[in-house]
Amino acid sequence: MTSSGEVMVKVEGLRKSYGTVEAVRGVSLEVDRGQVVVVIGPSGCGKSTFLRCINLLEEPSAGTLQVGDRRIDFSDKRSTPRGRDLARFRARIGMVFQQFDLFPHMTALQNVMSGPVIVKKMAKSEAETVARDLLAKVGLSTFTDRFPRNLSGGQQQRVAIARAMAMAPEIMLFDEVTSALDPELVGEVLDVMKQLATDGTTMIVVTHEMAFARDVADQVLVMDAGQVVEQGRAEEVLLRPTNPRTASFLARFHSTIGERNA
Amino acid sequence: MILAAAYKWDFGLVLSYTHLWAKGLGVTLAYSVGTVVGGMIIGVICGLLLLVRSRWVTLPVHYYVEIFRCTPLLVQIVWFYYALPIVLQVELPDWFAAGLGLTLYMGAFATEIFRGGIISIDKGQWQASRALGMTGGELMRHIILPQATKRMIPPFVNQSIIQLKNTSLLYVVAIPDLMYTGSIIVSDTFRPLEVYTSVAIAYFVILYPLTLWAARLEARVDQ
Repeated sequence: MTSSGEVMVKVEGLRKSYGTVEAVRGVSLEVDRGQVVVVIGPSGCGKSTFLRCINLLEEPSAGTLQVGDRRIDFSDKRSTPRGRDLARFRARIGMVFQQFDLFPHMTALQNVMSGPVIVKKMAKSEAETVARDLLAKVGLSTFTDRFPRNLSGGQQQRVAIARAMAMAPEIMLFDEVTSALDPELVGEVLDVMKQLATDGTTMIVVTHEMAFARDVADQVLVMDAGQVVEQGRAEEVLLRPTNPRTASFLARFHSTIGERNA
Repeated sequence: MILAAAYKWDFGLVLSYTHLWAKGLGVTLAYSVGTVVGGMIIGVICGLLLLVRSRWVTLPVHYYVEIFRCTPLLVQIVWFYYALPIVLQVELPDWFAAGLGLTLYMGAFATEIFRGGIISIDKGQWQASRALGMTGGELMRHIILPQATKRMIPPFVNQSIIQLKNTSLLYVVAIPDLMYTGSIIVSDTFRPLEVYTSVAIAYFVILYPLTLWAARLEARVDQ
């Protein structure tokens, strides 16, 4: 929630098309170290695609992307990382998904250890220390030996967050991580994310949780039809939107945004 | 015409050819194991090739699989035994030419089983592994294959059972397997009823425990 002014991620004119359909149409964004950016917008507006472009799970069609000191210009195919280089690029970016996607043949502890051990070739004992610390941090120290199928959705998602954090990423991406959860389990996951934000983790969060955006975001991006229609400080965008489409989108959430304002 | 009531069954004579029976059984088992292992190796290689994104790689594999799935095995065995050495202008040992069709046939089905096992793994597993920074090889070895092999085992055991029965087709190219051995004993004893009943029982005794085992495996994988 604090910003040091050092730019961690810089996106300029990012586009992504599938055939003739353009899902992301020229999005620009600058995220400073320690900042939390929340991306909102109606479903199908391209916000998830945009997020997936940042760690190249989707390869953008045009624009530039800078993460840390690595800058990629997508109009020049040679600057797009491939193979091992691509894997290394992704290793610096943590990502958490809507469906958790834990590895079912591994325990919670092994899931969290998987990145350091498989990707960074960290010694198992060392990785285990890291993993146990992170599982404690997400409140799951007593669940380390459970397999994902024996954990609730909320617990699985917290393991997934710990798994991504185990790589000590420079930035964390969250793709609608509470959308698949039962309502009563949403809170425990949001609490973990708030804690990460307080600890100074740089985050880009795609979500429908407006209260989270209001409480945690430094910057809010509103997307519609592949474009950013509104961008700015959370309280300005959420409470005093200037764009009519933002206003109508937010109107549906107004009770949520206002509820804890009193 | 043989009247059922009048026919006197006599297994004694037929079963006295123990040495021949044992050899026939050995040949059947050797071809089963050999062609299954060979087919499995082909299946892993071709199954992995099917995952490559280039059509230049996948299309030949696709045609290989379809050619062997869409022609009768009996025709394949005969073709590889008689036609291939002429087409290629090479001398192939009889035992090898006879097993080639069976091996490639198994390979085609194993390819499909292998590919099916891999693509049955949820897309989320691939993207989560990639997001952690795993390379293609790392995610295959640590994430996809450990899950996929579990799912491949039951169809693979089933195909191996079918393969063992299919070795009886080697009869047409005079490979002395269980079936061919039977025909030799028939010409010696003129007791086809006893001989072919014994052949059938032999296949059943080998395969029935295998199917029970396969069913148990399947139940375990489903858990």
